[in-house]
Amino acid sequence: MAPRIASSAADAVAEIKDGSTVLIGGFGNAGQPMELIDALMECGATDLTVVNNNAGQADAGLALLIKERRVKKIICSFPRQSDSWHFDEAYRAGEIELELVPQGNLAERIRAAGAGIGGFFTPTGYGTLLAEGKETRVIDGKGYVLETPINADFALIKALTADTMGNLVYRKTARNFGPIMATAAKQAIVQVDEVVEAGNLDPENVITPGIYVDTVVALGGNK
Amino acid sequence: MSNYSSTQEKLSRDEMAQKVAADIPSGAFVNLGIGQPTNVSNFLTNEQGVTLHTENGMLGMGPVATGEDIDEDLINAGKIPVTELPGASFFHHADSFAMMRGGHLDVCVLGAFQVSEAGDLANWHTGAEGAIPAVGGAMDLAIGAKQTWVMMSLFTKTGESKLVEALSYPVTGLGCVSRIYTEVAIFELRDSKVFVRSAHGISFEELQSKVSVELTKA
Repeated sequence: MAPRIASSAADAVAEIKDGSTVLIGGFGNAGQPMELIDALMECGATDLTVVNNNAGQADAGLALLIKERRVKKIICSFPRQSDSWHFDEAYRAGEIELELVPQGNLAERIRAAGAGIGGFFTPTGYGTLLAEGKETRVIDGKGYVLETPINADFALIKALTADTMGNLVYRKTARNFGPIMATAAKQAIVQVDEVVEAGNLDPENVITPGIYVDTVVALGGNK
Repeated sequence: MSNYSSTQEKLSRDEMAQKVAADIPSGAFVNLGIGQPTNVSNFLTNEQGVTLHTENGMLGMGPVATGEDIDEDLINAGKIPVTELPGASFFHHADSFAMMRGGHLDVCVLGAFQVSEAGDLANWHTGAEGAIPAVGGAMDLAIGAKQTWVMMSLFTKTGESKLVEALSYPVTGLGCVSRIYTEVAIFELRDSKVFVRSAHGISFEELQSKVSVELTKA
């Protein structure tokens, strides 16, 4: 089924309810779906579990969701940055739960969720604090840790262009978590600069096939 | 035959980066960590044909972008705007880390708090009370590349060696470091030994007296 073309960012996120697990794309600000996050802020959903590489920068996007205590838990690889003051404050106050995951394990856990994999043994993290309490196995002399998929209710993603079938192309390093997050959520909500008619994207260049995409909103762009 | 060499002066930061760059095999795929290792890229030559990987999804990364070349969608792992070189490619995060974990990168260069004589690396967390932990791609990089090299100062501010028998900081990866570049010596870790390839501004004997692990001249 072709995705729903939402009329606005607010319309796109309208179904996100309290307690949802939300994957949010982006690495730093590249690929961060700012307008969708702002709309999530406006819609009032709270008690969210958020999955992102970071825990918000400065006074925008995810950082504001955390500031307003709408995020009860964050699953990320790199929360502490020079401008992560809202996360830092919430964390020190004991008002946000942190699940710290090595970045490659984070990506692979998201990929696994989208690919129907029940778990995988990875060498990353073996013998470290981040593997404590997890099942381990030695395979051919090398240590591995069992990691499980991260399934989500929603994914908020930024791509460059969608067609009316939901096929997506991204731009440069703003691609980052987008393609895997689109696969791992029950509903993938995508903001793009432009939606074009089916047939106007070269199928050879499609990065995310439309099967994974549920909602698209065109927000224009300055590129 | 001994390969050991020495110089009168300590290595400057640029000289350390120069030594690392000179050791990178031509045609290699390389990931340079944030901080000191990033400086290595300034000393790679065109003839070396090295391709730089950045964890956020790019091979063929070029120098830091300035002026009109700055593009918020084109950044490195340190979130600094960079440029793309001819032949560059973009890919998603799971592919980027599969590239590391799968052993496709030839070399990664990282900073460190400590390295043990067995090549265990500590570079992600001081373990200090109240410190907010952040790991990023450090654990994936450490154990993923074919060779993991470390650049660090050999001594802490209070003069203790960061090359140790056993880590006191939390582990990033076990048995993964094969080479350590410091301002006073370059070490190679192989065959369960710590070889000193070169010493700078210090004699081998004095170096041995300051480092608790047993050293061997390369």
